[in-house]
Amino acid sequence: MDFEPTEERRLLAETLARFLAAEYSIEHRNSVAYSEPFHDPVKWRALADLGVLHALAAPADGGMGGAGFDIATVFETLGAALCPEPFLGALLSVRLLAAAGCDLAPLLSGQIRYAAAVGETDAPYDPAEIGCEAHRGRNGWVLHGRKSVVYGGASAERLVIAARADGGALALWEVAASDARISGYGMIDGGNAAEVFLDGTPAAMILPEAGAALQDALDHGALALCAEAVGAMDTAQAMLLDYLQTRRQFGRPIGSFQALQHRMVDLTIEIEQARSITILAAGNMGTDRQTRTVSMAKNLVGRMAKLVAEELIQMHGGIAMTWEYPASHFAKRLVMIDHQLGDTDFHLHRVMAEHMRPGNGPSSG
Amino acid sequence: MDLTYSPEERAFQVEVRTFLAEQLPADLSEKVRTGAELTKSDHDRWHAALNAKGWLATTWPRGFGGPGWTPVQRHIFEEECCRAFAPRIVPFGLHMLGPVLIEFGTPDQQQAYLPRILSGADWWCQGYSEPGAGSDLASLKTRAVRDGDSYVVNGQKTWTTLGQYANRIFCLVRTSAEGKPQQGISFLLVDLDTPGIEMRPIRLIEGGCEVNEVFFTDVRVPVTNLVGAENQGWTIAKFLLTHERTNIAGLGFSIQAFEQLRSFARRRRANGKRLVDDPLFAARLSEIEIDLEAMKITNLRMLAEARKTGAPGPESSMLKIKGTQIRQVLNDLARRALGPAAVPFPSEVLGGNAALVPPDQAMNAARYFNNRKLSIFGGSNEIQRNILAKAKLGL
Repeated sequence: MDFEPTEERRLLAETLARFLAAEYSIEHRNSVAYSEPFHDPVKWRALADLGVLHALAAPADGGMGGAGFDIATVFETLGAALCPEPFLGALLSVRLLAAAGCDLAPLLSGQIRYAAAVGETDAPYDPAEIGCEAHRGRNGWVLHGRKSVVYGGASAERLVIAARADGGALALWEVAASDARISGYGMIDGGNAAEVFLDGTPAAMILPEAGAALQDALDHGALALCAEAVGAMDTAQAMLLDYLQTRRQFGRPIGSFQALQHRMVDLTIEIEQARSITILAAGNMGTDRQTRTVSMAKNLVGRMAKLVAEELIQMHGGIAMTWEYPASHFAKRLVMIDHQLGDTDFHLHRVMAEHMRPGNGPSSG
Repeated sequence: MDLTYSPEERAFQVEVRTFLAEQLPADLSEKVRTGAELTKSDHDRWHAALNAKGWLATTWPRGFGGPGWTPVQRHIFEEECCRAFAPRIVPFGLHMLGPVLIEFGTPDQQQAYLPRILSGADWWCQGYSEPGAGSDLASLKTRAVRDGDSYVVNGQKTWTTLGQYANRIFCLVRTSAEGKPQQGISFLLVDLDTPGIEMRPIRLIEGGCEVNEVFFTDVRVPVTNLVGAENQGWTIAKFLLTHERTNIAGLGFSIQAFEQLRSFARRRRANGKRLVDDPLFAARLSEIEIDLEAMKITNLRMLAEARKTGAPGPESSMLKIKGTQIRQVLNDLARRALGPAAVPFPSEVLGGNAALVPPDQAMNAARYFNNRKLSIFGGSNEIQRNILAKAKLGL
């Protein structure tokens, strides 16, 4: 039992945090996060040079990390600084391309930006409901359908797409972004996503049976979002604590009021719970408990991140309603994380499923 | 990062399991599983079995007859005991007074009392709260006035758990009215056979009588029964409360309660389906399972921290708040799981062929009501929040 990070991960977190503190002041962050291309392409390359993308991939796939705690370390640090760069799309692509045995070097070096197109308007979270289809055309496979809310899709040069081969098995395809009709947009909490319209778009099949690889990629994405939320909650908590100690009303710091003290304590406890369940999920990646513990984590983190966001605004008061004050942007990110890769209810259903399985457990008594 | 026990800790876990399988009497674990009341002799029997193994005073150092366990070993022991439905160790002598005497007692006091705690010759109870001093413990009014070689004690203590089995009580008493209220408190050991003491049971919400009130009228206590210096009692009280809080998360009880509830919900049929197939119930069960899984890691993280720093910090208040919240939600779900079968008064619960539910579910309503105490005792959860706001957050 040991909850200390390894020396490598501690260094990674420190290096990344230092870079983000220097390069992504909240003013700069907001200026790039909310206007096209909704991230900073120059700093994205610099982050790749730092080895941040390499930390997301296993050594066998050309990376330098890839374990649950590597991913958690990167995303927790990104979350603490509210970094708007399209790492989620990159992580999903890393997992899918690695499962397909593709060369990851162009992605990991930051040379080519990838995004993973999995969700659809009718299948936002569950890959089993995917409807996009691939058919053999005269010059190879072509894709039909629409992929929805593709994270990093507006800035990606290549897409990994999940679709059904001839309407049957889920498979993975690689597509040049320029071959698809892409409608990109900025997100309410910063960063970009896109709708991807596939109208006979030429595609290369990279993995014919992709059900397990998709679930694994989505698990890793959900873990990353949990860690990102934990990082953002830590910063939000520190910001709020500082405000409680310095903001004066009725002639005293508002943190001297018990009504606020107790709520601040409850927030602190819930953040520790969120951190704990994220540690549990990270530690179970690659085991047969991976999917269920990730769902547990995404559910708990979703509940707690919303609580922290709402209390962050309420306990600050009017100032946290303003665009100028950084807390508002943290609150938005914390709430919107629940809309990505499965919300609290979706993941609760998956945790429930094990209990509701017929014949499970003692049958009489 | 490593979420698993070390090979040594796993070996210890096996050793505890083996001991419990061999030494825990079946009738005792059945009583614990079904929530039946344990008699004094039940407790004594289990304490004696643990003492014979050297595992009774789990928080004491080796030199005083404890096993010298690490916090992690203690946690493993407690978790395994819960899993096996062992009676909990009665804490008043073993987890509360023992550590106080080891820290603050004279060698004479240590020699006089510690062996008797281990042997079961003494059953201690706690005289802290008073009718007018609950959360505001420092306002306590029970007075001890020096008269020659004795203190003369007058006043009233309350919420004295299992006092009906005790022959001695440790008390916080007022020895001075000077200065801040905290500065005039002393820690006194009292023989319950002393003339002038009367103990009366307090009947609780669910009908049971586990707590008492204790009246002191001109009770003469030898000054040698003072622990620490006169007016040092508040320091001792705080030390004791920290020890009381270390296991107050009650994680083992929550794990036990969750497993019992899940297993019951798979067997119970209501309104045409298994209870666990009701999506609303399954959602509540799953949410608390998730909270509990997080709590297990939170607990291990704090154990790892305590292993480094040697003492439980203000974080133990976090464990108390979250741990009791989870237990109370589980008790609530277990009560609701029974539907109308929850209604019989505890002493009227039907047995045999007439039973409404399996024996381990029959006390769910009583347990729910009784365990509303969890967020009140040991420093109410609001007091814990005050402690955290000050000590951890600096507010």
